[in-house]
Amino acid sequence: MSRGQYVLRRLTQMVPVLIGITLIVFALIQFIPGDPATVMLGIHARPESIEALNRELGLDKPLWQQYLRYVRGVAMLDLGESLKFKTSVASLLQKRMEVSLFLIALATVLTILLSLPLGILAALKKDSLFDQIVRAFLMVTMVMPGFWVGILLLILLSIKIGAFPVSGYGEGVVDHLYHLFLPALTIALSIVPILVRSLRGAILEAMFSDYVKTARAKGLRERAVILAHVLRNALIPAVTLLGLSVGYLLGGTVIVENVFSLPGAGRLLVESIAARDYPVVQSTTLVFAVLVILVNLATDLVYSFLDPRVRLG
Amino acid sequence: MVTGAQESNVDAGIGPGRVPALGELGPASDPAPLARVGGRRSRLRGLRERNLLIGGAMILAIVLAAIFAPVIAPHGPQETDYTARLQPPGREHLLGTDNLGKDILSRIIYGARIDLQVGIISVLPPLLFGIVLGCLSGYYGGRIDTAVMRLADIVQAFPFLILIIAIVAVLGPGLRNMYIAVALVAWVSYARLLRGEILVAKHREYVEAARAMGARDGRIIGRHLLPNVVSSSLVFATADVILYIVLAASLSYLGLGARPPEPEWGAMISEGQDYIATAWWLSTFPGLAVVITGIAFSIFGDGLADALRPGRR
Repeated sequence: MSRGQYVLRRLTQMVPVLIGITLIVFALIQFIPGDPATVMLGIHARPESIEALNRELGLDKPLWQQYLRYVRGVAMLDLGESLKFKTSVASLLQKRMEVSLFLIALATVLTILLSLPLGILAALKKDSLFDQIVRAFLMVTMVMPGFWVGILLLILLSIKIGAFPVSGYGEGVVDHLYHLFLPALTIALSIVPILVRSLRGAILEAMFSDYVKTARAKGLRERAVILAHVLRNALIPAVTLLGLSVGYLLGGTVIVENVFSLPGAGRLLVESIAARDYPVVQSTTLVFAVLVILVNLATDLVYSFLDPRVRLG
Repeated sequence: MVTGAQESNVDAGIGPGRVPALGELGPASDPAPLARVGGRRSRLRGLRERNLLIGGAMILAIVLAAIFAPVIAPHGPQETDYTARLQPPGREHLLGTDNLGKDILSRIIYGARIDLQVGIISVLPPLLFGIVLGCLSGYYGGRIDTAVMRLADIVQAFPFLILIIAIVAVLGPGLRNMYIAVALVAWVSYARLLRGEILVAKHREYVEAARAMGARDGRIIGRHLLPNVVSSSLVFATADVILYIVLAASLSYLGLGARPPEPEWGAMISEGQDYIATAWWLSTFPGLAVVITGIAFSIFGDGLADALRPGRR
């Protein structure tokens, strides 16, 4: 199978998943106990306005028609109107996603900067004091609730030391970076343990593999063995894992944006829940899911380029 | 699993059933112990039994604290004392008091009742669904398998936390609706795990033998297959208890789980955030309770994984 065919097949595999996702997101509204329009507008709303909203949302039509209408809207990037903000959900989300994507990008960079040295050193110095400390650190960070980490960082670095802002997004790219540093660090700290574990394990596995024995046997210097053989092989699963943790990253943004009052999509989701702004809840969930699928697709493709052993069959 | 030991790379996302049990990286993906001989190895084994004991003892202590909260806690969980508001940790109040003069230590001890319950109740329905669907999927294959696995793909396309939040958003806030959301979402990882194990085990001789003796499918699955393959799911479920405690805490933080003044740990952290500038102990200590409980379940799950791993006895 050629590369082109592989890409094509991978794309067609996405179709049923995408349909399934729109179905679930569409079904969410059906789960609202009671009449959705009444729930959204409150019990004191006039019957006429409830009826109008029902008509506007197409809730008076049969379910399958509602679904088709919904999918048609999604395909044309028409995600409806926000009840709270009275603007189109698409433009609202676009603005908020920028913040979230910036946050995720920074969190990813911090994750890599922290994980690589920790994982490599812990593996190379297996069972040393450093390795023990790293493993203890992983055990603790693994179970720390993200919002608690965020609050601790706020207490220590923003309030006691005053090194970082307590909340907000700032103006301009540099200021954004400054405001996003602690939130991104909070997210990074929740992914680092998973990545370091995987990296450490993969390096250890590679060190005991035949190709590394061969490399050593042919007299290659240790540094060259580690760089050219061990790391090269061990990094591949780590890259994949990082790509696959995007769902986890997105979950992290919801929490962290609320801790640090960042105007991102995660905060929008929580605000919309409080305001019963279901069109926004629905669309945010959809956008997050589609983002995960796209990143997973990209990861798979990158993986197939990185690792010549991946059979494209 | 993250290390790829049990699931393919593609499945190595993050969510329940995929939080690495702590020892897992060690033993499962770390080939070094195999190379060891004699005394060193048995010493390691002793170490692992110690894991089971230490983790078990920690969990027991937390459970006992929860049961005997009224005896142990110096104050009632809702007992206010307006003369002792926002007291820092001291002799009167070991971990300080909150803005209403409630004793933080006492609230944490009572909170163990809620958080332990949440962790354990959350894990059971998805585990049960996962076992049933994984068995059917793996044993019968064909259309059932396709249907279950496609559904699993779709559910896993959503970021775990965000799908849970979206479901709770439409059902309404509260722990009961969180259990429903978790049951709908988290079965996937247990189902995948079990399906994989059944796929391998169903061609084993003991299954053939049972079939040759005329056993029906139900009996083969229930009496022969399941007891042989269920242990890994149970290990994951044990380690996942902490995942659900953190999840419940996160939902409470976002206002979707337990509500203040419930002494749920996440709700307490959330309440404390309003006072981080002046009273750091409000948020810090309930978070520590989560971390300590998490470490207990991690160590225990670790020991359990080793005890149940075949060929290591």
